Amino acid sequence: MPKSLFQKVWDAHTVRTLANGQTQLLIGTHLIHEVTSPQAFGMVRDLGLKVLMPHRTFATVDHIVPTDQFVEPYADPLAQAMMDELRKNCAEFGITFFDRASGKQGIVHIVGPEQGITQPGTTIACGDSHTSTHGAFGAIAFGIGTSQVRDVLATQTMALGALKVRRIEVNGKLRPGVYAKDVILHIIRKLGVNGGTGYAYEYAGNIFDGFTMEERMTVCNMSIEGGARVGYVNPDETTFAYLKGRPYAPKGAAWDSEVARWKSFASDPGANYDDVVKIDAGDIAPTVTWGINPAQAISITENIPDPATATSVDEKAGIEEALAYMKLPAGAPIKGTKISVAFLGSCTNGRLSDFQEVAKFIKGRKVAPGVKAIAVPGSQIVALQCEKLGLDKILSEAGFEWRAAGCSMCLAMNPDKLVGDQLCASSSNRNFKGRQGSTTGRTILMSPLMVAAAAVTGQIADAREVFHVANN
Amino acid sequence: MALAKITSVTGRAVNVPGNDIDTDRIIPARFMKCVTFDGLGEFLFYDVRKNLDGTDKPHPLNEERFKGATILLSGANFGCGSSREHAPQAIAKYGFKAVIAENFAEIFFGNSTTLGIPCVTASREDIAKIAAATEADPRAEVVIDLVKLEARFAGQSVKIAQRESARDALVNGRWDAIGELLDGRDAVKATAAKLPYLAA
Repeated sequence: MPKSLFQKVWDAHTVRTLANGQTQLLIGTHLIHEVTSPQAFGMVRDLGLKVLMPHRTFATVDHIVPTDQFVEPYADPLAQAMMDELRKNCAEFGITFFDRASGKQGIVHIVGPEQGITQPGTTIACGDSHTSTHGAFGAIAFGIGTSQVRDVLATQTMALGALKVRRIEVNGKLRPGVYAKDVILHIIRKLGVNGGTGYAYEYAGNIFDGFTMEERMTVCNMSIEGGARVGYVNPDETTFAYLKGRPYAPKGAAWDSEVARWKSFASDPGANYDDVVKIDAGDIAPTVTWGINPAQAISITENIPDPATATSVDEKAGIEEALAYMKLPAGAPIKGTKISVAFLGSCTNGRLSDFQEVAKFIKGRKVAPGVKAIAVPGSQIVALQCEKLGLDKILSEAGFEWRAAGCSMCLAMNPDKLVGDQLCASSSNRNFKGRQGSTTGRTILMSPLMVAAAAVTGQIADAREVFHVANN
Repeated sequence: MALAKITSVTGRAVNVPGNDIDTDRIIPARFMKCVTFDGLGEFLFYDVRKNLDGTDKPHPLNEERFKGATILLSGANFGCGSSREHAPQAIAKYGFKAVIAENFAEIFFGNSTTLGIPCVTASREDIAKIAAATEADPRAEVVIDLVKLEARFAGQSVKIAQRESARDALVNGRWDAIGELLDGRDAVKATAAKLPYLAA
């Protein structure tokens, strides 16, 4: 019987059925970071256990690292304590730690692929909901809580119920100035912030076939924002070409046998899906959020929703709550909304191609007066690649502060925070209340080029107009 | 590791209405700069509960009459967003023992179950009935019965639901899977041996 990739990977990693009917699932790759692992190591110690497969466990530090301070101890003693704790835990249990001194540190979802650790047909877990990013390689990748981090450390498995699979096909042609970020914001807008609960999303269609790995990662990254714990793209030649030669990729004869094995995990033609959704790529415009969850999004040419025209009590209440927090006028164009901060970075859009695209268009332009603009590469390697190409100079000359790698203002656990009710044009993934470090701070999510357009005009703008994208 | 069999939760309830209440709102990220979960309770819903100067905002949890409530009522998609276990930990450390909502985000639901916090669903109308009873008499006890799958309060009874794997785990005292996972050690080895990428 034809099977989906999800079913094949699930079956290959099933250890046994547990008493409550859940599956004990083998987790091939465990990624850890400083925020959600210390308590898990504490529990492992308290139970007198060990890390079962330290060679399949990889650590980095991303959430709390300052992006403008390189020397420890960090100004924030709590951040330093988390850093020390992770270093100690990795040393004690023999876990590879991509520390800043390694030159390979970065956001965990950027480091895994970059090192070739993320591979097709594997299971991956990490105490972070954006672990779905790794699905871009045809892996089944779960965001998990700290008790499950403990379970994976101690047993390399966790207890889980199988998910349903929804195939989301995007076919057609994307218009100029429309990016992977717009594709996923559009999908979440259409299917809802909890439309994916209980599902794995399989992204397919000619748009995904033609996407680079970085574009696929941007989409898979935000699966959880639509409620889907897992999102993936079937592995293909693009996947294999990306992985070839990376430090943890198979070498020599093993490369060929692994590629053959990886191919075998791709969904079979005729596989059964619990749901299929088809989207016309031509319907997707540059998309921005206007509210307090990622499904509250519109195209840049649309007006902010008006509660008066809501079709349900729920929708009306949702719009009212969001507009009260966002301080945005109902029914007005989103275009022209003044911003104070522009943030380029995060596990969604902090990769080389994101900075390349912005640099290509922003060269010779200047960030508007009064706008604070920061560019935060997703990893030390991304930073180095950008610097070799001179992208850091182009961005700096335009008025962006070029920072060191980390999660930064995506969730503001480090010193990069909004102040008061500042409004931020952000290439990150969440626009929740208070997400960017100020309890009244406001976030509008968009693609990196739209962030650049907002930065140079000082307002939410259509990048296609600001940068004459259609003519390029 | 013997775990309690959680067949029911009895206590007073408080309604924190709203849909899509995310885990950033349940526990803001800045309070996750910690290496233990101790003390997270006081930061539950902090930014919607407190002003910048630490004084109280109007919020159900700040109302004296709802102090001591152990059952949290809410709307749809409760616990969406970040996978942080700090969210159910904060809920538990604040003193809650169960949550009733229209539905839950996936990761939050799993994290809560593993901590022995039943997350049960009920229809919006039925949650409103419980909330109304609680509003009328904040001291009214609510019983969440995981065996009969009903909630009883103020002489009324409404249907509740819970995913069977979670319900089974709670009522049979196996909601924290670590013991069972460890027992599967040999089967883990056998499965791992078939996957070349796991070779040391």
